[in-house]
Order: sequence, then C-alpha cells, then structure tokens
Amino acid sequence: MSQQIIIEGSNVAHVHEGHGEHHEHHQQHFITKYIFSQDHKIIGKQFLITGIIWAIIGALFSVFFRLQLGFPDHNFPIMEKFLGEWAKGGRLSPEFYYALVTMHGTILIFFVLTAGLTGTFANFLIPLQIGARDMASPFMNMLSYWFFFTASIIMFSSLFVQTGPAAGGWTAYPPLSALKEASLGSGVGMDLWLIAMALFVVSSLLGGLNYISTILNMRTKGMSMTRMPLTIWALFFTAIIGVLSFPVLLSGFVLLIFDRNFGTSFYLSEIFIGGKALPHIGGSPILYQHLFWFLGHPEVYIVMLPGMGIASEILSNNSRKPIFGYFAMVISLVGITVLSFLVWAHHMFVSGMSPFLGSIFVLMTLLIAVPSSVKVFNWLTTLWRGNIRFSVPMMFAIGFVSMFISGGLTGIYLGNSAIDMHLHDTYFVIAHFHLVMGVSSFFGMFAGIYHWFPKMFGRFMNNTLGYIHFFITFIGAYVIFWPMHYEGIAGMPRRYYDYTAWHSFSQFQHLNMIISIAAIVTFFGQLLFVVNFFVSIFRGRKVNEPNPWGATTLEWTTPIRPGHGNWPGEIPEVHRWPYDYKDDGNGNDFVPQTVPLKPGEEVH
Amino acid sequence: MSGFLTIVLIALVFIIIYQIAKASEYAAILRGREKVERQTNRTMAWLLVALFICGLWGIWQCHEYLMDKMLPEAASDHGVKYDLMLKVTVIVTGIVFLITQTLLFWFAFRYQSKEKRTAFFYPHNNKLELLWTTLPAVAMAVMVAVGLKGWFSMTAAAPENSQVVEVVGKQFNWIMRYPGSDNILGKRDFRLINDATNVLGLDWNDKANRDDIIAENGELHIIVNRPVKLIIGSRDVIHDVGLPHFRMKMDAVPGIVTTMWFTPTITTEEMKKKTGDKDFVYEISCDQVCGKGHYAMRGTVIVETEAEHKLWLASQKSYYASVNAAPAAPATTPGTQQADSVKAISMK
Repeated sequence: MSQQIIIEGSNVAHVHEGHGEHHEHHQQHFITKYIFSQDHKIIGKQFLITGIIWAIIGALFSVFFRLQLGFPDHNFPIMEKFLGEWAKGGRLSPEFYYALVTMHGTILIFFVLTAGLTGTFANFLIPLQIGARDMASPFMNMLSYWFFFTASIIMFSSLFVQTGPAAGGWTAYPPLSALKEASLGSGVGMDLWLIAMALFVVSSLLGGLNYISTILNMRTKGMSMTRMPLTIWALFFTAIIGVLSFPVLLSGFVLLIFDRNFGTSFYLSEIFIGGKALPHIGGSPILYQHLFWFLGHPEVYIVMLPGMGIASEILSNNSRKPIFGYFAMVISLVGITVLSFLVWAHHMFVSGMSPFLGSIFVLMTLLIAVPSSVKVFNWLTTLWRGNIRFSVPMMFAIGFVSMFISGGLTGIYLGNSAIDMHLHDTYFVIAHFHLVMGVSSFFGMFAGIYHWFPKMFGRFMNNTLGYIHFFITFIGAYVIFWPMHYEGIAGMPRRYYDYTAWHSFSQFQHLNMIISIAAIVTFFGQLLFVVNFFVSIFRGRKVNEPNPWGATTLEWTTPIRPGHGNWPGEIPEVHRWPYDYKDDGNGNDFVPQTVPLKPGEEVH
Repeated sequence: MSGFLTIVLIALVFIIIYQIAKASEYAAILRGREKVERQTNRTMAWLLVALFICGLWGIWQCHEYLMDKMLPEAASDHGVKYDLMLKVTVIVTGIVFLITQTLLFWFAFRYQSKEKRTAFFYPHNNKLELLWTTLPAVAMAVMVAVGLKGWFSMTAAAPENSQVVEVVGKQFNWIMRYPGSDNILGKRDFRLINDATNVLGLDWNDKANRDDIIAENGELHIIVNRPVKLIIGSRDVIHDVGLPHFRMKMDAVPGIVTTMWFTPTITTEEMKKKTGDKDFVYEISCDQVCGKGHYAMRGTVIVETEAEHKLWLASQKSYYASVNAAPAAPATTPGTQQADSVKAISMK
C-alpha cells in the first residue's frame, strides 16, 4: 500500500489512492496553468525558457564585444541599430564595452547557468526522479521563479538607463563599483544591478531550500538516498552550496549598497577621485573580495555540479552500462562540496593578502583536483566496454567530459599561487573558466535538454539539427578558447577594450580576429538550437512510448505527458539502484528501478 | 544595406539547414528508423575520431603559429624559475590531457553500439578507484610542495640592498616616486593631493619628502642585477601592477600598501638586441579593471645599468623643487591633468 497523497490547492489535480481511473485535470485557466503555475514541471520549463532568452542576450553581448576585440579599426553600423548612442557610427564606446563585458558575465553565470540550469533541472527532475507528486512547497517554488523573473526585469531595465548598466566586471569590486565618480556604470546601473542580484539571491534561496527538503522528505517508498540517481545527488549538493553561500554574497551586497548610498565606509578608504578627497577612512576593499568570493567560488560548483550529474546519467544510459563507481561519484560530490567552501581566496593571490593565508588556499585548491579527477576516470570507465549509442544527448555528454578535462587541468596552474602570479587576470583565466565552467556546463545543460525534452513536451527535438549544433559548438568552443591560453601565458590582460597601443600584446591582433569570427559562427550555431527547441515543442516528432531511451529511472514510468501529480495512479515503489543496465531476461538491456529483485538476484 | 543583406543571408542559411534537418527526419521514417539509427551511430563514431584528429592537428597548428609570438625570455631571476615551473606543469598536465582525451575518444569509437555487442556490467572496482584517488593526490602534493617553495621565496621580505620605488595607480596612469638621495620615501596623505601641485599628497612637513622625485610619465627606472622593491598604492580604485616580462603582478589597493620585489637581469638595451626589435620596451599593464580607460593604463619599465641610472637620476629635479619653482605653470608632464587622458597615454 502506498500512501495517499492529496495535493492542496484549488488548481491542482487531486489524486486519491484507490480510485482506479485517472482524474482529469480540473478545468484550469491558462494563467494558473501556464503562468502562475505551481506544477514543478511548468516551473522548470519557465526557468528554462527564461534562461534561453537570457542566454541569447548574454551571448549577443559577447558577439558585440568580440567584434570590437577582433576588428578594433572597423565600424559596424549594425551595432548602432542595437546599441544606439553607445555605438555611435558603429563603433563601441569603451564605457559600453565594459558594460557589455559585465552584463555578459552576470547574465551567463547567474541568470543562465544558475537559474536557467539548476532552476530547470532541479524543478523538473527532483519530483520525477525521486517519485514525488511535486515539490515540498509548490507555492515557494512558484515564488522562487517569480523572484527570478522580477530580478530579470530589473536587470534588463538597467540596460536602458542613461548612464548605462553596471560596468565594473561581474565581480563588481569596490571602490570602482561604489563610487559614481569612478565610472559611468557605477551610477544608477549599479544600484539596479545590486537590487536585481539581491532578488536573485532570494529566488535561489527559496528554490534551494525547497530542493533540499523535497529530496530529504519526499522520496517514494524504497527510494533510499543510495538509490537516488546521480542527477539528484548533484542537484542536492548544488542546493546545499547555494543555501550556505548566497547569504554571504547578499551581506556583501548590502554593505556595498550602504557604501554607495548612505555614506558608510565598509569598503572605502583614503580615496581621491573626481578632484577631491573623500571622507571615507578605515574600510577595506579586500573585505568585499572575501565576501564576494565566498559565494563566487562555490558558485562555480553550483554551475558545475548539475552538469556533472546530468552527464553521469546520460553517459550511463547511452553506454547501456552502469555508472562506474556510484559511491565514489557520491563521495567525490561530497568532497567537492566541502572543499568548495575552503578555496575562495585563490581568486585573491595578488590582492595583497597575507602570503601564508595564500599558501593554505593553494593546498585546498589543489586538493579539489582529486575528487574532480576521480569523476573523470569514472566517466571514462563507464564508457569502457559499453555498447555506446551516439544520441544527441550522448554527444554532448562526451563533449562535456572533454571540455571538463581541458578546462579542469588549467585550474592546476591558476590554483598554484606561484604560477598564478603571472597568469592572474590574463586570457589564460578566461580560457580556463570558460572551458571548465562555461562551455562544459552548457554541454551538460544541452545534454539534459535533448535528453529530457521528450519528457517535457512529449516530442523529440530534431536529431540532425542536434548533431549540427553539437559539432559547431564543440569545434567553436575549442577554436575560441584554446588559443587564449597562449595569449594568457604571454601576459595579455583580460577586460581590455583595445590592444593596438601595446607593444607586448598587439601581435595577437590577427589571432583575436580569428577568435572573434569563431565566436560569431558559434553564436549563430546556438540559434539553430533555439529554433530547434521552439519549433519542436509544437512540431517535433511525437513520442509514442513512455521510455524512449530505455532508461531505468522513475521519470520514464509516468505517462508520456504527465499531468500535475505526475503519476495518474499510485506512485511507483522502488526496488533497486538506478543503474541496473543489464540483461533483464526478456531481451532488454536494462532493469527499471520499479522492478522487484528476482529471487537470488544480488543487490548492487 | 549590407547589414540587411547579411541578415537575409543568415536567415536563408538557417532555412536551408532547417529544411535539410526536416527532410532527414522524413527520410529516416521512410527508410526504417532502426536502420538509420545504426548508420548514424557508425557515422558519429567516425566523426568523433575525426574530431579528435582535427583537435590534435589544431593544437599543433596553434603551437606552430603562436610560439614565436610569446614573451621573450624572462627578464628577472625569479622569472627564470617561474618559466621552469610553468614548463614542468605544462608537461605534466599535457600528458594527463593527452591520455584522458585519447581514452575518451578511443573508448567512444571502440565501444560504439553494435548488433552483437552487449555492455559489460561493471559497477565498481575498489582497487581501481583507490588507485586513481591516490595518484592525483600524490601528484597534487608534489605540485603544492614545489609551488609553495616558489611562492614563499617570491613573497619573502626583500633584500636589504634593494632599490625602493613607489608605484601609485590612478585613473588612468601610473605615478612613480623615487626616494632621492636620503633613500627615504616621505610621508604622504591622500587629503593633501592636488592634481596641479601635489599629485601624491606629499606632506611637506616631512623633510624626507623634499628630495623625492616623482615621474608622472609612468616610467619606472630600475637597475639591472639589483633587487628592486616596489611599494604599491592607489589613489582611487583598485589597479594592478602587471609586469609580464618579469612574471610578476600585484594589486594596487586604495588605503592599503602592497609590495613586491624582484631582480631584473636583462637591461632594456640588451633585450632590444636579443629580440632584434628596436622598439622593444618593458611594459606595465593594469591588470585589474579600473574604469573606461583601463585598457590604456600603460606604464613602462626601463632597466639600465647602475651608471646609466645615476645619470638619469641626476637629470631629475625633486618634485618639491619643480612644484615650487614654477607655481604658475604646474603642468610638468602632459597627460596627467585630467582623468580623461586616455588617448594621450595610449598614443605614446
């Protein structure tokens, strides 16, 4: 007997145990069904679509500033159409170049790879994969989306204020971000940025608490923690990291708001700017850096872990083979989570921090390479002697591993303070974090979207477009970021508007042009995905079997288009671990989690 | 017009790709899904191999094309050690990179789905997992030990006989201060700063300030083979003294004094000969975003012999003298008057 579950609320289906037939949805208004929905699946899709829109904007910004970097002597009248005054005559102004760089970082890290990635998959997958009807608090879940939406609106509106959006880098270091005299972007744009980010933190806390309590409390019968798919483990630790670190960021932002508007001196000391000496004394800009990176570094793992979970799931499913070392995978996630809180100051080796403190962070940072490499070796062994099906999600999962290796290895350079001394804030850093955190997270996200699209919309995405998208993105990403390692070793600083006046860096002009062209091509390649995504929602090939990938996990035991409540009848019971890819005796090469152990069958 | 044409062209390409993709879906249905999927699988396996080979070729090309564009040899004794450490790290990570990427693509190709193949049920192996936990752990321990040795040696206190120069960043240029004949940098206070008469806010009550020399043109003159200690500060926002040729950098933070030291080993003149480049110059780049002129916040380093340095020093007036001698015309150097002097500096 499974428990009776009734979901409260006027706009959801009531599912009673014992009634044989599936209750159809109560007539729902469009607004309660698709807009102010409390169904975790709809909320997940809302996060995804908002994330896609932000991704297009953020990527378009990178096209604009890559045009400037690749062709500093050219004018592009089309830019004036988009940016108006900021690109008069088709030439980007330095002020707006910095605004674009800042917004590109903020949008992609927070709005796309945090909200868009975790928001989508945590919402969509947690209840489906652990066997729950919805989140612990569907209402809080809805609020989480709407806080994110409000943050999005405010951030978007900051693009249109007269002094421009924030322009001090996504890290927003004071005093630059604190003083209106220091930069145009530190005017109203910065206030809007801080407000949007504060709302964003609220959204991510509401979401995170919900994910944690759902995973801990609402697993179906038989779904012990050690039978959870790795996606759920990854999302669980992502939520824990977020809940523990975002509040620290918020406190840092609150102090910055005070410094900006109420005359306090938390971050300001001994400053002469705009022709006068400011009254602030005794503050420390380094304090902000500590508060910021206490989130800023765990944030990298918030972005990274869901991709790891998704890739593990998809690699195993498409190799038709269990994930190698399930427990090692979980333990390495624990290791990454704990260590992620102890490495933040490796972003500050050259900030004037005590060298002894720096040495502790070197140790911790290089330690985090251990769980990361365990994961890589386990993924490789999962492929070994498999029966690999190169579906589109699998291609992206393989790409994910490749990008993660390439980007992860350069972390060993930057985490080592003695080597960071020269590479800090150069293109080497750009190459490193784009590969390991940007591109590979995107690969994880794409893999997930292609894989669960049939579950989300009851249709498939177009395969051919998917393959083209993969090859453009994979090749594009390496052509863009690989050569940047060389530029970085040559000391070329990041966040420069123009290198032509520099004797030491101008020799890379031709290379910058190649990178820019690759970036533009890759951008249009992503539009292929966008078209594929939206067209397939309405016109894609229909799914006609509940489990098209031959997967073991619970989400594929629901109807093809599950309603609110997910399972029309009882919630299925779980009898085994999620990676039983073996002969089931009937000619199938997998055993779903819902199948009871056969007499004499060993528990994994 | 050309913009419009580009958009039309891109749209057209999109439509064509989309039509092909749609047609291929229909074709798949006509020819039998299973058969098509087998074929696609084989194609993808080969394409992944092609991708891997192209990748190796690309890395090689990158190397060929970019190696001679890199920095010349390190110009400080610390930089020489740095280059060695970097090289070792490149080799170690390069080997790991090659092995793991090769395995990834090789496994993908070798174990592609075949009709007769069944996957090997292999959920875990404690020995293997222990092996690849300890191996990276040991490798990392070695890296940490070597790295920290270098780190402590470069962050240790500067030698007694170091030349001392103060480097102060402001939006958007560098101001250098030399201690003068008394070898002492006098006190300064940000409240005394005046862009016309006292750019660093020197306290004239402090006698040690009277002989200090200030170079507002962003030129750092240092002596070859003698350690130099930089006292780093900032007038407004955070900057960063980046010295790529010496493999060093350190933030300039308002309200805090940071330091770094190194021993330059090659003079500017020698470097011109070594690189065969008459215009060679050591540059100081600002490496911490500091506003709209960040990209043009350029300074230069002139490494010279002791004799040349003495000559240069002798030709400099103390800041006190130059400010007090010509109070009517205080602008001694162009490009320091306004914060907006971006163009002037970048053109130098």
